[in-house]
Amino acid sequence: MFRTADGEDAPEPEPEETGRGLFARLRDNLSRSRRAMAQQLAGVMFDPADTEVWERLEEALLLSDCGVPATVTVIERLEADADAGRLTTADELSARLQQIIAELMTPSDDPRIDITAHPAVLLVTGVNGTGKTTSIGKIAWHLREAGRTCVIGAADTFRAAAGEQLETWAQRAGADFVSSQSGGDPAAVAFDAVAAAESRDRDVVIVDTAGRLHTQGHLMDELRKIHRVIAGRIDGAPHEVLLTIDATTGQNGLQQARLFAEAVEVTGIVLTKLDGTAKGGIALAIAHELGIPVKLIGIGEGIEDLRPFDPADFARALFAGGE
Amino acid sequence: MFESLSDRLGATLDGLRSQGRLSEEDIQKAMREIRLALLEADVNFGVVRDFVAKVRERAMGAEVMESLTPGQQVVKIVHEELTELMGSAGSGLSFANRPPTVVLMAGLQGAGKTTMCGKLARVLAKQKRSPAMVACDLQRPAAVQQLQTLGKSLQVPVYERGTDADPVEVAKWGVEQARAQGRDVVIIDTAGRLHIDEELMDQLVRVKQATKPHNVLLVLDSMTGQDAVNVAQAFAEAVDYDGVILTKLDGDARGGAALAVRAVTGKPIKYVSVGEKLDQLEPFHPDRLASRILGMGDVMSLIERAQEQISETEAREMEAKLRKSEFTLEDFLGQLRQVRKMTAGQGMAGLLGMLPGVGRQIKNLKVDERQIDRVEAIILSMTPSERRNPRLIDGSRRRRIAAGSGTNVQQVNQLLGQFKQMQRMMKQVGKGKMPQLPGLMRR
Repeated sequence: MFRTADGEDAPEPEPEETGRGLFARLRDNLSRSRRAMAQQLAGVMFDPADTEVWERLEEALLLSDCGVPATVTVIERLEADADAGRLTTADELSARLQQIIAELMTPSDDPRIDITAHPAVLLVTGVNGTGKTTSIGKIAWHLREAGRTCVIGAADTFRAAAGEQLETWAQRAGADFVSSQSGGDPAAVAFDAVAAAESRDRDVVIVDTAGRLHTQGHLMDELRKIHRVIAGRIDGAPHEVLLTIDATTGQNGLQQARLFAEAVEVTGIVLTKLDGTAKGGIALAIAHELGIPVKLIGIGEGIEDLRPFDPADFARALFAGGE
Repeated sequence: MFESLSDRLGATLDGLRSQGRLSEEDIQKAMREIRLALLEADVNFGVVRDFVAKVRERAMGAEVMESLTPGQQVVKIVHEELTELMGSAGSGLSFANRPPTVVLMAGLQGAGKTTMCGKLARVLAKQKRSPAMVACDLQRPAAVQQLQTLGKSLQVPVYERGTDADPVEVAKWGVEQARAQGRDVVIIDTAGRLHIDEELMDQLVRVKQATKPHNVLLVLDSMTGQDAVNVAQAFAEAVDYDGVILTKLDGDARGGAALAVRAVTGKPIKYVSVGEKLDQLEPFHPDRLASRILGMGDVMSLIERAQEQISETEAREMEAKLRKSEFTLEDFLGQLRQVRKMTAGQGMAGLLGMLPGVGRQIKNLKVDERQIDRVEAIILSMTPSERRNPRLIDGSRRRRIAAGSGTNVQQVNQLLGQFKQMQRMMKQVGKGKMPQLPGLMRR
């Protein structure tokens, strides 16, 4: 999950259910949804000339919120393979489909959270209600599991009781907590949190920010300011800017990613709430159009329910039914 | 970038006007555009399919085939059908004969339930009722404190028993408290839950049984995608809610999810929430959401607000200009200044977002006051004849205007581009292609 200075992968905590990884969980959830792609394709002899198969594929992608442009790209690539005679069975079609999606979702550089700097600064941002605070609690917990110390800065000084919510998570995760009174300057809190990490020799600083709609110009300016203040304090910081996207989000997620990325150079997506029936296809749309990789996924309300993103798993979960 | 359906259909169909009639193939193309536009707006796939079939049937009829502007006729049909599908205007809460009226809020995590409790309490207090709130979200850290903070700012009592209690018990106790203290409406906040979480859904059912609410409201994020249907259905099966509140509509989400919810469950949309501040709650207007889904901008809301600011004569002049398509940069500047008068509490972007067509583009540019200042400076650096006829503005004039306004040529180009788009939209409005508009302007 984390890229560390010594080049070693920090140890990953064992998933609680042994032998039942994320994939199994996602698949379980998926099998509950009514239109699992594999069930639709199962037993179907694949005939590239059969328009119904293509329509069903398109339907599955669109129903997962992949959006029209990404769906068109996927289908076109598949059609090209089919035309070249490389796809003759449903299994081949299904395998190739997953491969294409995994390819589109695989970033060119390291997908892990970069904590090589000391302290490493992570800025977490996103639209209201997408799960910023919860994700921060989970990241802090995973950092502690990986033997890293952490300061959490509560720069959401707007929403009622946001600080209290974050403080509870900080306690659970055993992280230091830096805040100001409600209505304070978020950039100042971010600055204080970084300063605290430096003076206390902590490994990582995570800065929470207030939920904001990407269309709110003044709040996006405020976010730029937070970013600027952090960058002014430490060269090269923030080392990660994470954008939380709710997996139930539709096509607006693309616009969110676009505008947040314009404001603060988003380095990765945290795709939250993947434990529902939503498949998070919007992440494919974002990767396809903006090239921003998903780095982490949230799969439950528990503090351990955060995982590194695995493109192949994601692609399988989009389509595999409960076989 | 999203294009509005009116633009798309216009491009697809209006060019065919000279042919007199639309062929099967033209209709096919138009239906494809409608389908894509609705999918981009997050209308559910299945709903889109049925909807397009219905529109196709009407589009094959005489009203389109013999029209001079088939594109706009199709848009009109789509708008009408969408509005119809969306149901009637939001009816408010139903009140109990014997108080307190119990309101139960439900929804996924992060939909905006707690904020909505505060907004609803505020609306009720304004109506001279005496609301109270019960904190039954014992799941999310500090949710109780959040509700308390809201209650404090509204001077509305919040009944809570910490986080170690059973939410069902707290809910029941809270309603009794409200009755004992003579509050006439009691709003129950609940934890966000996934519709497939059997345990928590069961808990919600028990809260409902224990409190016998007169209103159960599903709070739904307007940015929800295709999954909205599953969510809406699961909650309907569990607690048979009475209506939906659509949140976060102050962003640029099209809100197509609402349409799916309506189509699949038949439940009405009662309120829409348009901001984080407690006064930003509005009754639901089906025609406005239909316009929004089609990317036509929330014209009606803008006009309503404008009516409070613009005198009748000004409105008449504007209408006449629209009709004659004489919308100039001077008018644009005048409008910007009007708009600025209207921004109280809403923010520039929110208000400009309601303008048809241009709204989205302007909003994406993250309009703020300084940008408005810039636009003003650019327009003021033009000669009166340039303002009336922007086609005069060639390269060297652009450089002069940029220098005069302290901007650069790109910014001047950008403004002219936006203006052109706006002019085009205005022209369509002026030709009566959006039939409701003139009447509303006149009042």
